[in-house]
Amino acid sequence: MIKTIYSKGKLAAKTGNEVMAEAMRQIEPDVVAAYPITPATEIVQIFSQFVADGKVKTEFVAVESEHSAMSATLAATAAGARAMTGTSSQGLCYMWEMLNIAAGLRLPVVLAEVNRAISAPINIHGDQSDTMGARDTGWIQIYSENSQEAYDNMIQAVRIAEAAKLPTLITTDGFIISHCMEVVELYPDEDVKKFVGQYKPDRYLLDVDRPVTLGSIELQDFYFEHRWQLAQAMRDSKKIISEVAEDFEKTFGRKYDFYEKYKLDDAEIAIVVIGSTAGTAKVAVDALREKGVKAGLLKIRVYRPFPAELIAKDLAKIKAFAVLDRADSCSGTFAPLYTDVVAALYAAGVSAPKAINYVYGLGGREISVAHLTQVYDTLSKIASGDAQASTNLEYINVRL
Amino acid sequence: MANLKELSKNPERLSGGHRLCAGCGAGVVMRQTLMAAGADPVAVVCATGCVEVSTTIYPFSAWKVPFFHSAFENSAATASGVETAYKSLKKQGKINKDIKFIAFGGDGGTYDIGLQSLSGAMERGHNMLYVCYNNEAYMNTGIQRSGATPKGADTTTAPAGKKEQGKAQNEKDLTAIMVAHNIPYVAQSYLGNWNDYVTKVQKALAVDGPAFINILTPCRLGWAYKPEDTMALSRLGMETCFWPAFEVVNGVYKITVFPKEKKPITEFLKPQGRFKHLLKPENAGVIKEIQDYIDLKWEILKRRDELGKQGIPA
Repeated sequence: MIKTIYSKGKLAAKTGNEVMAEAMRQIEPDVVAAYPITPATEIVQIFSQFVADGKVKTEFVAVESEHSAMSATLAATAAGARAMTGTSSQGLCYMWEMLNIAAGLRLPVVLAEVNRAISAPINIHGDQSDTMGARDTGWIQIYSENSQEAYDNMIQAVRIAEAAKLPTLITTDGFIISHCMEVVELYPDEDVKKFVGQYKPDRYLLDVDRPVTLGSIELQDFYFEHRWQLAQAMRDSKKIISEVAEDFEKTFGRKYDFYEKYKLDDAEIAIVVIGSTAGTAKVAVDALREKGVKAGLLKIRVYRPFPAELIAKDLAKIKAFAVLDRADSCSGTFAPLYTDVVAALYAAGVSAPKAINYVYGLGGREISVAHLTQVYDTLSKIASGDAQASTNLEYINVRL
Repeated sequence: MANLKELSKNPERLSGGHRLCAGCGAGVVMRQTLMAAGADPVAVVCATGCVEVSTTIYPFSAWKVPFFHSAFENSAATASGVETAYKSLKKQGKINKDIKFIAFGGDGGTYDIGLQSLSGAMERGHNMLYVCYNNEAYMNTGIQRSGATPKGADTTTAPAGKKEQGKAQNEKDLTAIMVAHNIPYVAQSYLGNWNDYVTKVQKALAVDGPAFINILTPCRLGWAYKPEDTMALSRLGMETCFWPAFEVVNGVYKITVFPKEKKPITEFLKPQGRFKHLLKPENAGVIKEIQDYIDLKWEILKRRDELGKQGIPA
């Protein structure tokens, strides 16, 4: 039987979208501006019902596009309000211009994102191509394995964004989490409100007695410094993310880190993965451990900022690992997560582990325990010297 | 009617020293808009374009009121976000002042790339004034044709050449599109008549809901004329009925300034380098097409004005 961890917590059966909406209700931002898109629609649909029923003080703006959703949300933040939105896939693509601007203007917008494949061909199912495509926009990116994590991440996101002065997105895997009902522990409204606190910007547009010009043009003499400050803020946000996680654990009892190590400390082979597939991989790891195979898992939670130094330390002693990307960067070489992981190892002077990069699950393609067990089997052979690690980008469960 | 003596007492809220061209009409639009708002608190949102790049070169700003720019196509959506934040914070008692919201966009950012954002914001009924400073082309990027560029104008992407005589199409009637949104206040105005424009801004700011003003704003580089002629040229736009001055209050039309005598369109075209090629004898047909289009639209407008006199929306 599932038990609560927090003394005042209550169990409820909720989908990923429902818990994201629930977190938004408890956070009760001043403004939400959003546009419907499958599979994220429900989040703002449920939330607009909260508004219609007077359960929140939030002003909801049903904008005419995602571009305007992000424009209005970031503008509301600049004006001095706490503002949030939600989207997925094409919606995030359409927001792309404004994602960069939210970060460049250092506006702590929070975005509930449901990972979905991007067109073409059009496909509504889960993969991480959308947020991976936005990985260099200056947004903090936090991924969730399940609804509980999505809920907890949303609550933490507000504080992280506002302390780091960086926009922050929380993701769930489309349909796999967004529409899957799970038992989730919810915390009382007042405790969540106390945890997130009030938004207190230093300067804001509606402070008319101290007028501020925001969004000015900067040429060769200033632009670079401000872009450096943005990059530095991303580096500095690691400390903030850790502190918020510590406080979250102290308050609600659940521990969060940049990534989760599952039976990794003594592992010889490991998979590095993001999102719901980590849950599937844990089943594979448990079965292999019973057979005496030293398999482990590294599940990325915080992808931006990328916890490079920590990952390098934890993978240094692994004999062989596979990085599983649910997005293909079509770069002619490797996929995004692998590129980040191997760069982290190289920068730390680690070259011993053998590594393979797999792309899997595009457009919601099935990824099963069997698929992942097969990856571990390959890694075992590489670790024992019976096989060579592929130097190409490999694919799981695709007809070639 | 605005009173010049009273207006002159209002604080100067767009300071000099900005880098708009000598003779630029847009700077005048900004200044007169703020002057019309008096000393009331306003927050300004602006699309990417000449005004934004010339008045906010970091670390300087010509704006003595809160000013926000984020991108090109979203001035209206941005203003709707700021206005919604205001609504929320005001309701919660976190803000006590009454603040007005003014969004600016050039014709490129309004007629073309920003039309969806503008339409959405108007339909949603945000309490804001959107002013299109319409100089009839993408001037900031170097005089490219827009949906606001009139027929026959020479621009860098619809140039006059051996075969083509500038833009082949008439401009889009954005003011009519705004009227079709059934918002409480829509107007067209021109430079060189401060009273017409300032009065319209004051009316627009007084309505509860969205308001839109389209003001003909000469660009001395793009239109190619002497910088000292800005006011006279915009006035010629009204006097030739190329750009009539009117307002639509809750659907009821009113021509606010009737030309003493309707001048031929050539009076407006002649001083401008962008129409130079049209004055060649072989292009008389193009000028006739332009004149016929203006005459037709003027007749329609006069009919709407007649209905307006009886209080009938048209």
